[in-house]
Amino acid sequence: MASDSLPLLAVEHLTMRFGGLFAVNDLSFTAYQKEITAIIGPNGAGKTTVFNCLTGFYKPSVGRLSLTPPDDGAPHLLERMDGFRIAKVAKVARTFQNIRLFTGMSVLENLMVAQHNKLMRASVYSVAGLLGLRRFRNQERQSLEIAKYWLDKIDLSDQADWSAGNLPYGSQRRLEIARAMCTEPVLLCLDEPAAGLNPRESLQLNDLLLDIRRDQNIGILLIEHDMSVVMNISDHIIVLDHGAMIADGTPVAIRSDPTVIRAYLGAADDEDLPPEVTGDLRPAATSGVR
Amino acid sequence: MGTLSRLTPHLKDSLAAGLLAGLLALPMLGFRLVDSAQGLSLDYRFTWVAIAAATVFTGRLILLQAGDAIRRRPSQRSASTQPQAGRPNKLRPILGWLFIAGALVLPWAPLADRNLLDKATLLLIYVMLGWGLNVVVGLAGLLDLGYVAFYAVGAYSYALLSQNFGLSFWICLPLAGLFSASFGMLLGFPVLRLRGDYLAIVTLGFGEIVRVVLLNWQVVTGGPNGVSGIQRPSFFGLPFLATAPGKTTFHEFFGLPFSPDHRIVFLYYLILVLALVTNLFTLRIRRLPIGRAWEALREDETACRSLGIDPTKTKLSAFAIGAMFAGFAGSFFATRQGFISPESFSFLESAIILAIVVLGGLGSQIGIVLSAFLLVGLPEWFRDLQQYRMLAFGGAMVLIMLWRPRGLLSNREPTIRLASAPSRVAQTAEDSV
Repeated sequence: MASDSLPLLAVEHLTMRFGGLFAVNDLSFTAYQKEITAIIGPNGAGKTTVFNCLTGFYKPSVGRLSLTPPDDGAPHLLERMDGFRIAKVAKVARTFQNIRLFTGMSVLENLMVAQHNKLMRASVYSVAGLLGLRRFRNQERQSLEIAKYWLDKIDLSDQADWSAGNLPYGSQRRLEIARAMCTEPVLLCLDEPAAGLNPRESLQLNDLLLDIRRDQNIGILLIEHDMSVVMNISDHIIVLDHGAMIADGTPVAIRSDPTVIRAYLGAADDEDLPPEVTGDLRPAATSGVR
Repeated sequence: MGTLSRLTPHLKDSLAAGLLAGLLALPMLGFRLVDSAQGLSLDYRFTWVAIAAATVFTGRLILLQAGDAIRRRPSQRSASTQPQAGRPNKLRPILGWLFIAGALVLPWAPLADRNLLDKATLLLIYVMLGWGLNVVVGLAGLLDLGYVAFYAVGAYSYALLSQNFGLSFWICLPLAGLFSASFGMLLGFPVLRLRGDYLAIVTLGFGEIVRVVLLNWQVVTGGPNGVSGIQRPSFFGLPFLATAPGKTTFHEFFGLPFSPDHRIVFLYYLILVLALVTNLFTLRIRRLPIGRAWEALREDETACRSLGIDPTKTKLSAFAIGAMFAGFAGSFFATRQGFISPESFSFLESAIILAIVVLGGLGSQIGIVLSAFLLVGLPEWFRDLQQYRMLAFGGAMVLIMLWRPRGLLSNREPTIRLASAPSRVAQTAEDSV
């Protein structure tokens, strides 16, 4: 991928072992700023494990994960950081395969909690907050504006005071993305954001992600089975199978890559494949969606 | 017709229960040995058996019918227990202000006597403890079964500081809070990784450790004899005594005739202020980032970490702040009683405080007042009924959990609202209760 953007995340020789099982085996790739990098692969290929390593939920067995912030600071070595510090210091945000909203709290509160660290700093150990000092009130107003911006973006302004658990499924998915964006990340990791969405909602999701890529100075890492999302919005696709990378390229290149097709369909010979399958990955992909 | 067809299985069920009761009652109630001059003779009491069987039959029938009536409603109820949107709840603050106004004028009410104020003071201690524990259990979602340990730490801090160093109540109060908060942190560290049941067991153990240490560390705590002769509170240096050599007493300073009730009223207002401070603090901190982080942590710890919230700091702060209020309440308890011993800090106290928080509706401040009244106030007033009050206590708890499984007042008010958001779904009348 001849990319003109700057590299954001460099994954080198990432290996994650669970006992004798190599969930991820010697994976190296690079994600770029202002680009959407998709990670695809059959179920159990190790995609979510890569995310869990990136966001500190697992400690990788081997490998280096270095994130270079866009403001050209020193790179953060994610494999050495605690889970919450990856989000706080390195500014990597993520969503989850099974949505993890604060369901009892309101939509707006979800977005405010995401701005915790900034608000905590302004509240000076809650003292400034308890006294209602201007320093804290200004920060709170500013955070509220950010929350409103994202509410508007995901079209949930009218439901801002609903408890998040009462939202329809598609809205919950969008809210989780907005919540991740409220942490002001440099890298956004989305774990199957289109799972369970209908075709219309998938299109809305595409628009949202393209908007984020256009307006925000961040890179997006995307795990997805829905090829209508992956093929339309990705700049760059990485294909995993059994923990190893089997292909890396543009959507057009991946679409016709024989190794990828074999991994998805398990065909013995490429020539056996009917043309409608080699032409489009969709039939294989939909079987992978839950 | 529908009622009848439902009645038949109920009838069958009740008949079976009645028959079973009759069979069981026959040997237990039906025969009675009478010890008379002619030796033992058997007395038959079949009417008793009949009464037992009939009671069980009717009771069972009524329960089944009532159960049906309740079950027919939950569909509407479950929808309304989670307010979808909505207008801010106007009734709740009004209720709160009414409580405060009532509490303020209580000592001047015509019915108020020493006894009533004593009971109200006790009630307010539990309200304060409930509000303190609410930070840990209701907001942060950390099930703490050893809360009374911090209460004990506060009480002993005041008792020992004032006895050994002669410090006054007003200096000891913040110190007791500080000590209890440190104990909260101390407990917090080892249990950071635990959740739910496991956390509950460890906190239970911690509560017992504190009690056992107090019981056995004779040299410092006096062991089972406790600490007696604890300095009583003074009105900012003016003691509540008839005469005090070398000092101006409260009644002399204000030119009032001496009355022992002055101290009772003062203690009452003191705990009222302490409790209201706890409440104000909790209400305010809930709207601050730390408060929202507590609630978020209760909802989903994994998501919290993914948003960069430090779970360690957040949990420890909840433990420390909850413990601090228990410490304040503890030192008030010590100064009010004048005597403390480890007996006052048994596990039962922790259980009652936890029950107050859970029955009130986790996180609800006014719910806690109501349930403290139900669980502590009512049993105090009905002391004359002796053992029956414990029966009623248990029964009331079961009933509340049946009718309002999420607590008396379980609706959560969001900590922040989008002012421009129109209220889409009007809240039902039930929500505003």
